[in-house]
Amino acid sequence: MKHTLSILVQNQAGVLSRVAALFTRRGYNIESIAVGTTEDPRISRMTIVVEGDRREVEQITKNVHKLIEVLKVSDLTYDDMVARELALIKVTADSHNRSEIMQIVDIFRAKIVDVSERSVIVEVTGDEGKVDAMIRMLRPHGIKELARTGKIAMVRGSKPEPSLRHITSA
Amino acid sequence: MSAVDLVRREESVKAKRGQRMKATDAFVECLLAEGVEVIFGYPGGAVLPIYDSLYEGKIRHILVRHEQGAAHMADGYARVTGKPGVCLATSGPGATNLVTGLASAWMDSIPVVAFTGNVARSAIGTDAFQEADITGITLPITKHNFLVRNAQDLPRIIKEAFHIASTGRPGPVLVDLPKDVSVEEIIFDYPETVDLPGYKPTIKGHIKQILEAARAIAAAKRPVLYIGGGVISSGAHEEVLALAEKANIPTTFTLMGIGGFPGDHPLSLGMLGMHGTVYANYAVHEADLLIAVGARFDDRVTGDLKRFAPHAKVIHIDIDPAEIGKNRHADIPIVGDCKAVLSVLVEKVREKREDEWLAKIAEWKREYPLTYEEKPGVISPQRVIQEIYEVTEGNAICTADVGQHQMWLAQYYIFREPRRHLSSGGLGAMGYGFPAAIGAAVGRPDLPVWSITGDGGFQMTSQELATVRKYNIPVKIAIINNSYLGMVRQWQELLYNRRYSASDLHDNPDFVKLAEAYGIPGMRVSRPEELRPALEQAAATEGPVLLDIHVDPEANVFPMIPAGMSVAEMIGKKGRLGT
Repeated sequence: MKHTLSILVQNQAGVLSRVAALFTRRGYNIESIAVGTTEDPRISRMTIVVEGDRREVEQITKNVHKLIEVLKVSDLTYDDMVARELALIKVTADSHNRSEIMQIVDIFRAKIVDVSERSVIVEVTGDEGKVDAMIRMLRPHGIKELARTGKIAMVRGSKPEPSLRHITSA
Repeated sequence: MSAVDLVRREESVKAKRGQRMKATDAFVECLLAEGVEVIFGYPGGAVLPIYDSLYEGKIRHILVRHEQGAAHMADGYARVTGKPGVCLATSGPGATNLVTGLASAWMDSIPVVAFTGNVARSAIGTDAFQEADITGITLPITKHNFLVRNAQDLPRIIKEAFHIASTGRPGPVLVDLPKDVSVEEIIFDYPETVDLPGYKPTIKGHIKQILEAARAIAAAKRPVLYIGGGVISSGAHEEVLALAEKANIPTTFTLMGIGGFPGDHPLSLGMLGMHGTVYANYAVHEADLLIAVGARFDDRVTGDLKRFAPHAKVIHIDIDPAEIGKNRHADIPIVGDCKAVLSVLVEKVREKREDEWLAKIAEWKREYPLTYEEKPGVISPQRVIQEIYEVTEGNAICTADVGQHQMWLAQYYIFREPRRHLSSGGLGAMGYGFPAAIGAAVGRPDLPVWSITGDGGFQMTSQELATVRKYNIPVKIAIINNSYLGMVRQWQELLYNRRYSASDLHDNPDFVKLAEAYGIPGMRVSRPEELRPALEQAAATEGPVLLDIHVDPEANVFPMIPAGMSVAEMIGKKGRLGT
């Protein structure tokens, strides 16, 4: 099954390639990856989706944790989490089908962020299933271009991962 | 290093704090502060500033003849002293030549700190002359590596490099220094502590798990202790012995664990695995409890994992949590330093003795002792090892290269102490043994050092004869010469219908003349009666000496569990085919 790993790393040059190379070397395939800084600019969060059974993912988690610049690794898969992806979809649209596309966009609570005579760009945010469904609905109209981010995720409620301040001062 | 030296070192660091100096002079000061006694290196354009700072000779420098030699020497030095070994190479080809040595140190968890030069920061990424992305190249074969981007960071990085290399599960660390960084000036400040928030090795084992392990040992009828290189690196050999003796547990070791338990102890089963003893492998197969200490269930130990120790509950003690459950499920995992965990476990374990089990093992030992064939007028390679053992009274440091002689050394030299047997266990790097012996002899000048090598592997790094000559390093080189790549030939004999493809080395050079060309005395030994006197003469020789020992070209390493198989498929149980 797919696992969502949240990895806190020191924001240093080369850390992305260290983490990514480890997955390759140990024979795990990264399905998606998203990286950005956290509330502390010295620390980045990498959200990685990887396929594997529980034992395999535990193994890769332990290996990632051994990297010197990795501060924390959490497998959010079994937690109640909010997970989001973002996609930009350029769809063929003219006067004949534009309103139908706008209806689909409304239903999905997505946005049209660019309009031209022959196409629109749709921006959709949601979990993987919602983004997939949106793409499925738009495909018959002709998708000209598609750009999609990796997943980012966070555990719901006030049970956070240990505070970053705790990690950085340790 | 004596206490006086330590104090002097600290005072020197303190006195220099706040001084403005060249980054490469700071490099030397940092190494002195770390207690580095020797650097194995080879100069080149990008490290000229470092070599200029080394010119005054504050740290001993051993000039090698190929950077691979430098990396293996640093490894050998580290294995015998327990301190990080240091090697130095220039950018590009100098750096890439270190790769095999670093990979071997990585696979065997050996603390090595490698320094490389690189092209100037502005030239990085431009395919400049002698540029190589060595931090990228060594990413999967180092515990960590650094590219120094600011000269002022150099002391902190060196501190971290030595800390990372030598703590937790040890391993090689590489520091890459662009040439323009190395010529800058900095304000010297060597930090006293490291600040690595993402690096906190677990040392103490969980007491609940340790108590669980003690209960499992009490309940076991057929326990076996299975120890690996972790016992050596954590210095847990005394605790292993105490545990084995208190609960009367038969003990087997991996290639990396040799010396972690006295090989001549009544509870010793010798080495296990592909070329392990019959009784070690039988014992593990029949065991109801396997206590793995600092070992990683490598395929050369387990063969077919599904059929390895099929009746055993597993206690797995290791400092690296990623080793636990990697190959074999652990019923009682204990993450922690072997020495720290065992010292508690020894206290908690109950004195006991399973006489039936010990009797069974004694029976196997009687039925299947390690043995080999001898042909009249021909030197058996196994006898060479036995006689080296006798001549050195079991006290020498012996390094192996890779192949048949490596296994014979492991089988027939009885090591009683840790840090005396050196072998490229994980990587199996031919060319390792001879330079590792040089590093070992530099680290332990008080002990005799023998390089037991093959005619194939020796030629991969034989240019280090020049290094031995230059510094008069008293390494005894014993080439177990069968004019074949012996292990390749053995597999071809057994598995490829005797089709000896590319394994024949009958056009070898005259090794005695080769030694003499480097100014080192050499002796050829080809008749059984010449062997003992030659070995005794070599042992009595002050400086380096090379013995070219011509042995039975078709001797095989037995017993053998073919790759991926199990105890049931073991061949050569009585030292020859068909047994």
